[in-house]
Amino acid sequence: EQRAWHSIKSFRPFRLAIIGSGPAGFYTASKVMRRHNTARIDMYEHLPIPFGLVRYGVAPDHPEVKNCQDRFDECAELPNFHFFGNVNVGFDISLAEMKPHYDAICFAYGASKDRRLGIPGEDLEGVYSARDFVAWYNGLPDYADLKPRLDEGSDVVVIGQGNVALDVARVLLSNVDVLRKTDMPEYALELLSRSKVSSVRAVGRRGPMQGAFTIKEIRELINLPNVSFDRINRDLFPEDLKTLPRARRRIAELLVKSRTTPLSAAKSFSLDFLLSPTSFNSHSSTQNQLSQITFQQTHYTDPTTKFEASATVSTDDQSPKPIILPASMAFRSIGYKSEPLPGLSDLHIPFNTATGTIPNALGRVTLESTPGVLENSPLPGIYAAGWVKRGPTGVIASTMEDAFATAESIVKDLESGQSMLNYENGGSTGLGWEGIEQIVHGKGVRRTSWEDWRRIDEVEKERGWKLGKEREKITDVGEMLRIVDT
Amino acid sequence: HIQKPKPGEERKITFIDKDGDEHTFEVADGDNLLDIAQANDLEMEGACGGSCACSTCHVIVRDESYYDKMDEPDDDENDMLDLAFGLTETSRLGCQVKMSKELDGLVVKLPTMTRNLQASDFVEKEKK
Ligand SMILES: Cc1cc2nc3c(=O)[nH]c(=O)nc-3n(C[C@H](O)[C@H](O)[C@H](O)COP(=O)(O)OP(=O)(O)OC[C@H]3O[C@@H](n4cnc5c(N)ncnc54)[C@H](O)[C@@H]3O)c2cc1C
Ligand code: FES
Repeated sequence: EQRAWHSIKSFRPFRLAIIGSGPAGFYTASKVMRRHNTARIDMYEHLPIPFGLVRYGVAPDHPEVKNCQDRFDECAELPNFHFFGNVNVGFDISLAEMKPHYDAICFAYGASKDRRLGIPGEDLEGVYSARDFVAWYNGLPDYADLKPRLDEGSDVVVIGQGNVALDVARVLLSNVDVLRKTDMPEYALELLSRSKVSSVRAVGRRGPMQGAFTIKEIRELINLPNVSFDRINRDLFPEDLKTLPRARRRIAELLVKSRTTPLSAAKSFSLDFLLSPTSFNSHSSTQNQLSQITFQQTHYTDPTTKFEASATVSTDDQSPKPIILPASMAFRSIGYKSEPLPGLSDLHIPFNTATGTIPNALGRVTLESTPGVLENSPLPGIYAAGWVKRGPTGVIASTMEDAFATAESIVKDLESGQSMLNYENGGSTGLGWEGIEQIVHGKGVRRTSWEDWRRIDEVEKERGWKLGKEREKITDVGEMLRIVDT
Repeated sequence: HIQKPKPGEERKITFIDKDGDEHTFEVADGDNLLDIAQANDLEMEGACGGSCACSTCHVIVRDESYYDKMDEPDDDENDMLDLAFGLTETSRLGCQVKMSKELDGLVVKLPTMTRNLQASDFVEKEKK
């Protein structure tokens, strides 16, 4: 069937730019191409290599989660798919420069910042962002120098109880010899092998029935060899666990039945609830190093809802004495955050700074977001998928579902003849990358292709093979580019 | 990948896809539902490649009697099912269910995802 946007321009393939090569970008691309096999997709990625948080977020000891890369590989091998790595959209090429050459643009650039607590002492030595630590142990370029103070002391506090917080705790408490078999970079293994950390507490503002973690991650921590797990106050769970919905019931059952293992365990882990941090403190005012954290106790705003997932808590000024926890290191893990890409406003694309998302309805970027309203003045040819679409939560499976929903919207719009980008000017040039290549090269940018990534991949695997692991990641962009140019 | 059934040991399995269309195949004992679906180009993602780590191979067993014939899901499978969209009493992970003589004639549905996937939806997939 012929589509209306074709009538604007002559018969040529639909040209889609996807910004970001994480799961959102790839699942959108694969679904669009499956439904519409003549579509031409240009995927832009600011790193020379693909996969986003699958490579730089998912923990090294969860290799099975990374198997989704096989599907992304298949997608990338399709003749109508092209990868443009090492191109930082918004910096190396502006959105305004890209726009004339595409029929549609899909934003899938994830969440590259993290939330701060905004309390005194947050910049003391020893206070880290969990995001930075994750980037460090996963070998994200430019993070090798983080050098967390693992050999300074035994007590660590993680502020937050989501899956990222639990990943951090697990990496800190795991036997380093187990991690040696993973693709964790050698520099991280070296520092972890000298770690003195023996106690990790993950602290949350709310209770166990409001936990943001999933059951698999907490089960893994509880089952870590040689690590004890502190008993959680039974009052924080309903008397009769059977009244809970399935997923929360299973978490509650697990937490209630897990008891502290004998003191012989060399390390310990605990989940501490109903505490809100008020300051990070150093030994003395002259020192710049973290030694303890002050917390205020919180209480349920409405105690009758305390077993509900949505229960809220508050602190009050006359609350009981503050709780002080010793800590040589602290990790802030209260969420990732997306930033607006420079130049969004040139395309009249709004950005919700409160939620860190691009307002959209089923992936169609809209001028305003009204919850529950489906069609809300969509901007023709502009789409979003993944964490920048719905906020920085959810596993790869949820990112996949939402990327598929975006792809469905793209295909539907295409087939029903909706206006696409540049409809007001008689349509796009359809040139895609060829239309902007000169500009990007003019900035001295060495764009990488899928074949280039393959080459880097090969070298990483060779180096890993020599070390008895799957790969040794290259953690320097300059070195990646030297490899593809030799 | 999947095997060719031995003569006389062909087992029938039917998948009902998102559009309600039925697809019936003759398969061999031991093959799992994810591999069967993918070998036949049905839309089942299997993001973790059958390692019980993603829930994207979720299937719903149509008849309870067949569900009861299967070994109970283990903790790992249940942990992943907790995250599956549209979980039902007879949900399973396709990669964890292997065909056998007892399961000859099995019918499974692929879950539909017609929900309005907006920001806060990812916490309400619970069932009693
Ligand atoms: C620490 C951590 C651990 C996790 N562990 C798991 C797990 O075990 N299992 C699981 O299922 N899920 C896990 N997740 C969740 C999963 O990673 C996300 O659901 C998923 O990666 C989100 O996909 P995305 O494509 O929206 O974003 P991303 O994966 O972040 O991809 C975005 C991509 O866009 C690129 N980009 C950004 N800006 C630009 C630009 N200006 N120009 C070009 N490219 C750009 C980025 O470099 C990146 O490659 C984890 C997440 C984190 C943070
Ligand atoms: S394929 Fe991932 S759980 Fe079955």
